[in-house]
Amino acid sequence: MTSAPGYNFAYLDEQTKRMIRRAILKAVAIPGYQVPFGSREMPLPYGWGTGGIQVTAAVIGPEDRLKVIDQGADDTTNAVSIRRFFARTAGVATTERTAAATVIQTRHRIPETPLSEGQILVYQVPIPEPLRWLEPRETETRKMHALADYGAMHVKLYEDIARFGRIATTYDYPVLVNGRYLMRPSPIPKFDNPKMNMNPALQLFGAGREKRIYAVPPYTPVKSLDFEDHPFEIQSWDQACALCGGTDSFLDEVVTDDRGGRIYVCSDTHHCATRRDAVQEAAE
Amino acid sequence: MTDQIRVDSLSKTYVLHTQGGIEIPVFADAALSVASGECVTLHGPSGAGKSTLLRCLYGNCKPDSGAIHVSHGEGTVDIASAPPRVVMEVRRRTLGYVSQFLRAIPRVPALDVVAEPLRALGVPVETAQARAGELLARLRIPERLWSLAPATFSGGEQQRVNIARGFAARHPILLLDEPTASLDARNRAVVIELIAEAKAAGTALVGVFHDDEVREAVSTRVHTMQG
Amino acid sequence: MNPLLTVSGLTRMYGNRVGCRDVSFELWPGGVMGIVGESGSGKSTLLSCLSARLEPTAGRVLYDTREDGPVDIYAMGEPRRRMLMRTDWGIVHQNPRDGLRMGVSAGANVGERLMAVGARHYGEIRAQADDWLRKVEIDGERIDDLPLTFSGGMLQRLQIARNLVTHPRLVFMDEPTGGLDVSVQARLLDLLRRLVTDLGLAAIIVTHDLAVARLLAHRLMVMRRGEVVETGLTDQVLDDPHHPYTQLLVSSVLQP
Repeated sequence: MTSAPGYNFAYLDEQTKRMIRRAILKAVAIPGYQVPFGSREMPLPYGWGTGGIQVTAAVIGPEDRLKVIDQGADDTTNAVSIRRFFARTAGVATTERTAAATVIQTRHRIPETPLSEGQILVYQVPIPEPLRWLEPRETETRKMHALADYGAMHVKLYEDIARFGRIATTYDYPVLVNGRYLMRPSPIPKFDNPKMNMNPALQLFGAGREKRIYAVPPYTPVKSLDFEDHPFEIQSWDQACALCGGTDSFLDEVVTDDRGGRIYVCSDTHHCATRRDAVQEAAE
Repeated sequence: MTDQIRVDSLSKTYVLHTQGGIEIPVFADAALSVASGECVTLHGPSGAGKSTLLRCLYGNCKPDSGAIHVSHGEGTVDIASAPPRVVMEVRRRTLGYVSQFLRAIPRVPALDVVAEPLRALGVPVETAQARAGELLARLRIPERLWSLAPATFSGGEQQRVNIARGFAARHPILLLDEPTASLDARNRAVVIELIAEAKAAGTALVGVFHDDEVREAVSTRVHTMQG
Repeated sequence: MNPLLTVSGLTRMYGNRVGCRDVSFELWPGGVMGIVGESGSGKSTLLSCLSARLEPTAGRVLYDTREDGPVDIYAMGEPRRRMLMRTDWGIVHQNPRDGLRMGVSAGANVGERLMAVGARHYGEIRAQADDWLRKVEIDGERIDDLPLTFSGGMLQRLQIARNLVTHPRLVFMDEPTGGLDVSVQARLLDLLRRLVTDLGLAAIIVTHDLAVARLLAHRLMVMRRGEVVETGLTDQVLDDPHHPYTQLLVSSVLQP
């Protein structure tokens, strides 16, 4: 496949891609640190993944195979559009298979299939600054990062426990990267937080509107904040996936009718399909 | 006997800047010594500077020249020149003072007002309150008032609380500024008793009393001041 | 024993205008210093300079740190200064909204300093917050309420609890009773007086209210046009004022 005429490879011009790569290199060198970059106008609105797309455009090559997921699904509008965008502007191969992809752009999930060395996971990030809710001044949050002055971050978790009896933050759950920088993992469910820890893949984060890039290099410790007497826990369900019967993946609640009927299904569509195939094969 | 207080050539003039800088000389070259077990009463016409001298001894009034040597612990301190921190320490451990009026502190019960000087010396609450209660009882403050803040008390009651507070800590030196001014005969008698006990215990007292009867009853020596 | 705070030649200029000039004093552990003077006399500028929030134009502020003895607070690194400000020091603002997080519960407001210095046990943090709310006479049942629902006096007491939870040695207060009703003021003053005495706190209190100064401060510094015109024991300065300005200040107080 070749890219459509009239576009530079992967849409962005080469100088822009170099600029972004330099930001990425710096981000990889300082895990969890937010590197400012000159975010470009993209042919889709902010909030639709402009940061992730620019990062993907900067790292993708002609030989790469791209997977795009939105909330774990390969077949939602956002995922389909972005996949088509790169197929058209870069002419790269695309896939829905996690293990076959070399670059995976994601919104709100980490695939259930464990990633391996050589893979790159690109997150779309709406608000990169974990301290923003407690400190509106950018000068002050930068200073707090510089001094690793993060104690106040626990105030949020304290409030959760005081109000709900447990830490009720369920997504975008703050983490400490490499024992140094506090980081927002983007709005992934906290179910996915443990997958970030010591992951063999390179994890890159792009925030287009906020013009920040940050990274978790392969095999980097990522710790979710917690209290000694209220340790970090991931969600669990008492149902299995209604489609594949799996009990170890993140489930979405789906309303099936107007009478309150609902089922739970895997949010990771590829993972679910793979398991259904395996179950079917075993049955045959 | 060693002097607890020795005042050398003390002078004080009030300068009233808000009234065109009028100068009011109070006393010049005043001298006074007080030994332990003595009660020296300051006597003289109104305006002779009795109260001012007493306040100078307490560090509440700053003399223009001269020295006020007060024996404090192992040594002596010149109240006239000592830094505030030292004066506070002298007040805490050595100098007691009964002023003419009680400065009532909102919300602090009478019992605690009296016990406070003892608490400042590190005496446990119970012991301090027991001593405070004993003094209040002797001065005929009804027990039902002990837990109330003295701000609402009558003038005489406030003054008796003030006296109890002054005597509570048994300071080696006690300064009394007209303590009996608004008291009836029975309570005056109690104050005379308290002073006699303090003298017997070796306290050095300096007082101003407008009441001749009290002055005669408590004075070891009268120190006359001219206006 | 060293003075807790040693201030020498402290000057802060705003261009050609004097904020405060050539202020020197020592504050000893447990000492309470009142700074009085009318509005614009440089009290608040001085307080900001003393509490590491406003770099002086000239002069030094030495603080007797627990570890290394006296250290110039403007020469030490930012991390150390921040640590100091949230452990050994407290700052009580006139407007409690400046010193509190209005969007989080009373308990979290008190617990924040503990978390900031590394406390990670929710139960213990909460127990301490509860204990401190009681100490400042706030009902323990209000621990999960937002400060938005508190009265002015309660907010000020909450701010005090938030500051004292780390057992500071030195507290800076800027008009702590300003803007409160008289009866609420009395309660707060009594509370402050008790806490300062019981905890052996050293404090620097800026106020224009001489009655507040008399009640709380051991020593006074009278300021006028950025300069200290008179210092001494509180009762001595108020009962026998020497400087014309102090005399004016004392004689201007209305007696109820």
